[in-house]
Amino acid sequence: MSTRLASGGRFLNRATVQNFVFNGKRLRGFAGDTLASALLANDQMMVARSFKYHRPRGIVAAGPEEPNALFNMGRGARFEPNQRATTTALFEGLECESQNHWPSLEFDIGALNSLAAHVLPAGFYYKTFIHPRAFWKHVFEPIIRHSAGLGKAPQDRDADRYEHLYAFADVLIAGGGIAGLQAACVAGESGARVLLLEQTLHWGGRAVNDGAQIDGAPAQDWIAAALAKLTALPNVTLRLGTTVSGVYDHGYVLANEHVGETTPGDGRPKQRLWRIRAGQIITATGAIERPLSFAGNDVPGVMLAASLRDYLHDYAVSPGDRTVVVTNNDDAYLTAIALKEAGLSVPLIVDARRTLTGPLPQRARDLGIRVEAGWAIAAVKGTRRVTGVSLCMQAGEGGVIEEIACDAVAMSGGWSPVVHLWSHCGGKLLWNPEQAHFHPDPARPPLGADGKGFVRAAGAANGQSQNACADADHAARAALAHLGQTARTDLTLPVLEHPTQAAMAPVWVMPQGANQKLRAKMWLDYQNDVKVSDVQLAAREGYVSVEHTKRYTTLGMATDQGKLSNINGLAVLADSLNEEIPQVGTTTFRPPYTPITLGTLAGEARGEIFQPLRRSPMHEWHSDQGAYFEPVGHWRRPYCYPRGAENHADAVKREVLNTRNALGLLDASTLGKIIVKGPDAGRFLDMLYTGVMSTLPVGKCRYGLMCNENGFLSDDGVVARLDEQTFLCHTTSGGADRIHGWMEDWLQCEWWDWQVFTANLTEQYAQIAVVGPKARTLLERLGGVDVSKEALPFMGWVEGTLGGFPVRIFRISFSGELSYEIAVPAGHGRALWDKLHAEGADLGAMPYGTEALHVMRAEKGFIMIGDETDGTVIPQDLGMSWAISKKKPDYLGKRGQERPHMTDPDRWQLVGLETLDGSVIPDGAYAVAPGSNANGQRHTEGRVTSTYFSPTLGRGIAMGLIRRGPERMGQIVDFPTTTGTTVQARIVDPVFYDKEGAKQNV
Amino acid sequence: MLTLECPYCGIKACETELAPGGQAHLVRSGAGASDDEFEAYMFARTNPKGVHFERWRHAYGCGKWFLAARCTATLEVFGTYPAQTSAPPARILQEISARRPDERAPK
Repeated sequence: MSTRLASGGRFLNRATVQNFVFNGKRLRGFAGDTLASALLANDQMMVARSFKYHRPRGIVAAGPEEPNALFNMGRGARFEPNQRATTTALFEGLECESQNHWPSLEFDIGALNSLAAHVLPAGFYYKTFIHPRAFWKHVFEPIIRHSAGLGKAPQDRDADRYEHLYAFADVLIAGGGIAGLQAACVAGESGARVLLLEQTLHWGGRAVNDGAQIDGAPAQDWIAAALAKLTALPNVTLRLGTTVSGVYDHGYVLANEHVGETTPGDGRPKQRLWRIRAGQIITATGAIERPLSFAGNDVPGVMLAASLRDYLHDYAVSPGDRTVVVTNNDDAYLTAIALKEAGLSVPLIVDARRTLTGPLPQRARDLGIRVEAGWAIAAVKGTRRVTGVSLCMQAGEGGVIEEIACDAVAMSGGWSPVVHLWSHCGGKLLWNPEQAHFHPDPARPPLGADGKGFVRAAGAANGQSQNACADADHAARAALAHLGQTARTDLTLPVLEHPTQAAMAPVWVMPQGANQKLRAKMWLDYQNDVKVSDVQLAAREGYVSVEHTKRYTTLGMATDQGKLSNINGLAVLADSLNEEIPQVGTTTFRPPYTPITLGTLAGEARGEIFQPLRRSPMHEWHSDQGAYFEPVGHWRRPYCYPRGAENHADAVKREVLNTRNALGLLDASTLGKIIVKGPDAGRFLDMLYTGVMSTLPVGKCRYGLMCNENGFLSDDGVVARLDEQTFLCHTTSGGADRIHGWMEDWLQCEWWDWQVFTANLTEQYAQIAVVGPKARTLLERLGGVDVSKEALPFMGWVEGTLGGFPVRIFRISFSGELSYEIAVPAGHGRALWDKLHAEGADLGAMPYGTEALHVMRAEKGFIMIGDETDGTVIPQDLGMSWAISKKKPDYLGKRGQERPHMTDPDRWQLVGLETLDGSVIPDGAYAVAPGSNANGQRHTEGRVTSTYFSPTLGRGIAMGLIRRGPERMGQIVDFPTTTGTTVQARIVDPVFYDKEGAKQNV
Repeated sequence: MLTLECPYCGIKACETELAPGGQAHLVRSGAGASDDEFEAYMFARTNPKGVHFERWRHAYGCGKWFLAARCTATLEVFGTYPAQTSAPPARILQEISARRPDERAPK
């Protein structure tokens, strides 16, 4: 049984007991425990059910490579799925539950999948569940959805906060083991700005538990001295609990710091995302031990040998009283020796190698441990925990020669350098046949902007675990040289000594000649339930690419990402394909190294500060009046101003009628206002707009259309000529920044010799539209500017002082009424707005919102960018040929509009639509034509672009694009709705109201 | 997350403050252009695995457009230069041929 030893545990603080809850059970651990060590201390051998077969699973590892112990953590607004027990620090009150089981971990219905394993082979989704088709939706998918998947999605809004931090470093070092510390010492003492990040909560990596000596003393002494030195250096920043998760272009790095996870609710961010730009990166990320593939290697109690040793040394946890060690290398002997020295029983070391020559096997034998060379595990016994192993010869087919009772198995298949960070941005790998692992190829590193490598690997991550200090020293000096900094030459290189290890022997399947039945119980990927037999099946079915095999079998997917399963899986694939491992290659390593919660990536960009909002100078007034706002680009504009019990439709109706009959005021401040100035300004605008602007007289306004080079309409607005060389271009509210950028693009990149400047003055002016039959009366009351028909005719503008305000008044109309748009410096906006309301009260002045604006422009048949246009519509489609110059030799979009498809008379063109029954056509409805296409869908011949209830006319009106529309006046078209009914509408002129323009021209 | 030096303000700008603008040195074909010329201008783009010339705007900086020569495969940057030119300047071409002797001369 798994238990806590009476003494020891270098990370534990036994004085502080911490209570936690696992699957509703109250358990106890100590401060310093991980959740995994606390669970093992409480004999929780089985902690999860597997993904596909729902097999019982236990803790395998002690680090981020753990495949099984993923938990739903916390609850309510602090619920988070898929948290690894091995990287979760224990804290008082922690609550977690195992995933992937129903109704309970101990009794799980899904485990029946094991009995049906033959229908769940590699690629089972594609193979088994295709026919009959209807079964997929109603039978297979609901069952699979219920039983598969990792964790549950949180239901509540996250109660925690997260933050981003920007950092810069000359040398960023990922990993605080011996190699990382040594590299930091060299770079730091040489004066470089160093950032050293370690994912665990402890410095020193594996050195202590691996029995390393540095300068003749235990590694712990050197680690403490190095830390003291580094802490004193002001140019060195150290962080524990911070995982470097991705290396990106040109030295950009993301790291994830665990800040307030063990103290939920204390106000600190839960996690902090470091966004780092580094000159050079040293990956000192160590190595990960590989499992061995023997039948039953997934039974709870089978663990990685070095992880088992870590639990023993670090947390005083003994996963078993009797532990069988199975290995193909000398490292696992350290675990056997440590167990023996802790007073525990090691009945047998099973070593797949035929001859054992090193000092470590000798030391084990000297301690009285039985060692069998050339042996293998034929099968592990037990289902919910290990009860024993049956043994065989590695060279054979699995004939059992002995059975031994035990309650834990420590396995070691060799070590794989953690090459993820090296590989993220394109670093290439080399195969080392002696160590049977891939390691970074120093000749092919990821390249920076200067074309030189910006990542260097050091220590075990470089395949140099025995030589970590010298390797790290070299990496740090090379990094400094690259940065043009001088490394100190007076630093002494620490002498690192490990227990001598003899050569390992690659073992990919145990025993070598295992039959199909055994191979179907050998797990390569615990998390995704991929077995040796699955990869072999994929190979037989013709999969030769490792990338395809990964996706077909799901090997190495989810959180594993090539940590535990990678090398074993591709070795089995290579063997099946009769290829060498380097020829098969690895799958692509992609960030993040370990999963990052989406909250951390979002940081503080959530809720109200997700993006900045733009508010007009009158925003507060609108808000006080209870306006209902709608987003327009980054602006918030009043949609309508409901009064009393009015709903929005009532309010819009009132605002429209009041504006048509009396006086409406619109906050038009969001309208884009771009100044275009210079000797070539007219020439420039002639290229930008489809019409001619250079001939516009000073004091006049002209409506214009802008197209892109494809000819498609992109923006519209009124241009006013302020003086001979200055034009003021109004754009749509959402288009100001885009159009300003568009102007700059042409001026900077195409016509850079034209003398033109632009300035986006959108926010410098407030703009108020005074609209309706009584508009002139109101402005005359304010006084100071002659706004008579003679002095300020339609499409003219004047400058002056109106009621004490410095204004520019444009006589333009988007409603068809008598209308003045008054621009004032933004700081005067609110005061003028207030004054207009006060002076206009008895005239019936009321504000109106964007919806009334839309209704009134539709009644007049005016187009709206984004309604009548969608990026495929040319001005000619909208009957706006009058706004396109026939004389100009060129303008942006002219050539595009000459293409045959653009001049096709069959194009859908703008018309008005009048429903026969007076109803409103649903937004987005399509007009259907006779017949259907090859897919059995009805032919269409048009669509609605704007559709409203017109309060002025008392019925539904719409605009739409209809095939050959203008030729078909009076015809009836059908618009089916989503409820199965059809609305019939007559094609009419798009101008529904005041066709002669008599109302605006008074 | 590239870094490109803005040739106007001299800032080594992170990609987050830049806006991409596609292939550089296109020749505009306006009114009167043949179908082939217009197609080449509007739609035909190179997609090299190797040296490429691109338009970038220092959108959240000085607002200027500039051009960059870089390798799409290795992300190596050969240089940046102002947009007011119809062909890469000699110093950029020299830099490319020094570092990529086998690369074909750009059009």
